[in-house]
Amino acid sequence: MNYFPDEVLEHVFDFITSHKDRNSVSLVCKSWYKIERCSRQRVFIGNCYSISPERLIARFPGLKSLTLKGKPHFADFNLVPHDWGGFVYPWIKALAKSRIGLEELRLKRMVVSDESLELLSKSFVNFKSLVLVSCEGFTTDGLAAIAANCRFLRELDLQENEVDDHRGHWLSCFPESCTSLISLNFACLRGEVNLGALERLVSRSPNLKSLRLNRAVPLDTLQKLLMRAPQLVDLGIGSYVHDPFSEVYNKLKIAIQRCKSIRSLSGFLEVAPHCMSAIYPICGNLTFLNLSYAPGLHGNKLMKLIQHCRKLQRLWILDCIGDKGLGVVALTCKELQELRVFPSDPFGAGNAAVTEEGLVLVSAGCPKLNSLLYFCQQMTNAALITVAKNCPNFIRFRLCILDPIKPDPVTNQPLDEGFGAIVQSCKGLKRLSLSGLLTDQVFLYIGMYAEQLEMLSIAFAADSDKGMLYVLNGCKKLRKLEIRDCPFGDAALLEDVGKYETMRSLWMSSCEVTLGGCKSVAEKMPSLNVEIIDECEQMEFNLVDKQKVDKMYLYRTLVGHRKDAPEYVLIL
Amino acid sequence: MSPPLLGVEEEVQSSVSSPSVECISENGMGLKERNYLGLSDCSSVDSSGVSSNLNLKATELRLGLPGSQSPERETELCLLNLGKLDEKPLFPLLPSKDGICSSSQKNVVTGNKRGFSDTMDGFSEVKGYVYTEKSWMFHEAGSDSESPQSVGHGKYPGNSGVNVILSTRSPGVQASVKQDEPANVLQEQPRATNGTSLKQTVISDNNTGAPAAKAQVVGWPPIRPFRTKTLAASSKNNDEVDGKPGPGALFVKVSMDGAPYLRKVDLRTYSTYQELSSALEKMFSCFTLGQCGSNGTAGKETLSESRLKDLLHGSEYVVTYKDKDGDWMLVGDVPWEMFIETCKRLKIMKSSDAIGLAPRAMEKSKANNKKEFGYGC
Repeated sequence: MNYFPDEVLEHVFDFITSHKDRNSVSLVCKSWYKIERCSRQRVFIGNCYSISPERLIARFPGLKSLTLKGKPHFADFNLVPHDWGGFVYPWIKALAKSRIGLEELRLKRMVVSDESLELLSKSFVNFKSLVLVSCEGFTTDGLAAIAANCRFLRELDLQENEVDDHRGHWLSCFPESCTSLISLNFACLRGEVNLGALERLVSRSPNLKSLRLNRAVPLDTLQKLLMRAPQLVDLGIGSYVHDPFSEVYNKLKIAIQRCKSIRSLSGFLEVAPHCMSAIYPICGNLTFLNLSYAPGLHGNKLMKLIQHCRKLQRLWILDCIGDKGLGVVALTCKELQELRVFPSDPFGAGNAAVTEEGLVLVSAGCPKLNSLLYFCQQMTNAALITVAKNCPNFIRFRLCILDPIKPDPVTNQPLDEGFGAIVQSCKGLKRLSLSGLLTDQVFLYIGMYAEQLEMLSIAFAADSDKGMLYVLNGCKKLRKLEIRDCPFGDAALLEDVGKYETMRSLWMSSCEVTLGGCKSVAEKMPSLNVEIIDECEQMEFNLVDKQKVDKMYLYRTLVGHRKDAPEYVLIL
Repeated sequence: MSPPLLGVEEEVQSSVSSPSVECISENGMGLKERNYLGLSDCSSVDSSGVSSNLNLKATELRLGLPGSQSPERETELCLLNLGKLDEKPLFPLLPSKDGICSSSQKNVVTGNKRGFSDTMDGFSEVKGYVYTEKSWMFHEAGSDSESPQSVGHGKYPGNSGVNVILSTRSPGVQASVKQDEPANVLQEQPRATNGTSLKQTVISDNNTGAPAAKAQVVGWPPIRPFRTKTLAASSKNNDEVDGKPGPGALFVKVSMDGAPYLRKVDLRTYSTYQELSSALEKMFSCFTLGQCGSNGTAGKETLSESRLKDLLHGSEYVVTYKDKDGDWMLVGDVPWEMFIETCKRLKIMKSSDAIGLAPRAMEKSKANNKKEFGYGC
């Protein structure tokens, strides 16, 4: 029984924005469920196969913003074939048929066709925002449709997508009447753009706050754009190459100085390091700096740039910064919360320039550090223990030692103790990726201490099933578990199949699970889809239970087997 | 862990049994056994002297990429020493190979402290050395597959004998990964390829830090392909774009006698002498044009090009370079990689001026006209 009329409750619920909280609210009672579902505008679906578009539309008629994720995370590393699934078209088609007034669509790791983009652009009058992250399947023709038809478009954000660039005039397709752009990011496109059209677009977009250009935009265009948009908050520079004594460069310096609002800087896809001094005036205000695509920037020039960035909170960088450079970061960036160090030469002959020393320096100098992605040459237990002591606030800790089973080079021991210290010290740890030589022991630590852990990535680790069992038993909040090349078999898989219903998904590849084991899970848990990905089609003629399964992906779902799986995916 | 091992099992033919290979890679026992055999002593004492000797040989005789062979050779020597230590007790049935082994080893070791005079002898020593090393490898092959009993009859029990062999191979194995394939050595000793490929596969097993092992693992390191593609494209562009001499560019001045101004070329944009030669031809065609006094407007280009070629190949000019020591050398003698490391400046001289400049070398270059510079007279 409600003490308040529905409208009041609705108003109260408006203040509850987190998905988790709204989900909880909907479970309280029938009337709260009803009020919540009618007033919900933003929905997040972490696995597009866990629910169908029809059910989504039925439950949330007021839907305005939809976030969808498709392929499993390990698809990022070529472990999932391209046509495995994750197609957005059925969603757009169903939404278009309904009366949903979709305004925002955010997709990650999905297959997006030009046809879907065109349908999207024509079906929703108030469509405002399209964000595509790590998607594929579309060309610039699809972008042209979005530009041409979405009259009130505010945001077009393309991050790291594989786009077939037809070098068309998609930018020119924004009509003259389109003046609503707030965010435009096309840094991932590899082809030419119509520079004149770009300049005119920026000129008529007074609300533009975020602009990320691709490599094809030269310095003189950048200068003109900055002159027209001094209100920018987020800038992605495409090409940054010019003669430091030229007129254009001088004009650029003036233009940059006018951009007092820039807080986020990225790009430098092509860079001439001797021109970096023009950037110094805005460095003092930067909170996010992404130089992870700028291998041309290293050594002293890079150091000097970093030394100007005293307010930095997030830094994405290549490992050519070196341990010494990380020392400079530690001294300068006292507000640093997130650090990502990417390898500049991942398959090189072991010359990665960062080791455990750089990480220790940063941990000592930046006590607010809470999110880490670190590709390095080596790591020691001592270093990890020190880092754990210095930074107990880690939420995300992802360590990738380039040699997958490398022990502590000083003691020759596995890295169990080091990671153990991290999980013990960082009580709020939600995401962990392990690497290096690891035994079952580290999983015992994780099971014991990582109480808030939601996502765990394991590769080339453990000695036996015990490792996986420790994790499944201990981590009560685990949502995503992804494992590759570990000796976990059916015993571990089948120990507690009910657990998988409390998780979003489980990925296991190159482990010891057999077809029989997977079938067992599928039989016991009809609410799970158990997919066997068998690219080599070895299993077609050899459906023997004892056969080891190369890739298994299981996830909870309310809608049973999907109908769009390719031939080599066997759903049990 | 399985992918690297699989790689080994596929390629290893006879001599290496997989359990012992696994044994080494997983337990790192190879390390202990190396020390037991005093491998480190070997490498510090003998090979240092030898390597300097071999270095000279490398530059003089163009046996391969200079600077890349000596470390391998020092460890090969090491292996050789150990082989000698082991062979006697383990392979009593093959005294003749022992004989070869010891004699060439002796030669190499005594050549240690000598200088230039020994290098000519050294060449045959090298051959002999390589031959011996190879035969030593085959030797093992024989021992393992054909006559396991002979191993058993040796001083050491069969199993550890096999491990010993593998461990002694491993330092050489590790060192040779880091260099380019010693192609020329292989050319002279075609039968050695068997041994070398064996080494390489043991590398991929033993030394997980080696590029070969990494490349075999799908999806590792975990980086999005978008990122690796973009970085690869970025690096390429930066090399073209960045005018400063950094890791990407190596600009040197090029002067030509009689030309009013100099030019600069980035040596890293070429990979052979032929490419550099063509680039220089194009760059300086305008100057030689003036010299040969051609006139007329139409068809000037084609006329000049053929005339230029005639001029250059007709030995009017030679290309020389100034090396690190400040000496003017004829371009084309040394392997390309070595050339770009030592070249500080280029100069296109008239051949009449170049007479005093290593005339024998110029004759040699005339003989090798196809590969090397065609400017020699």
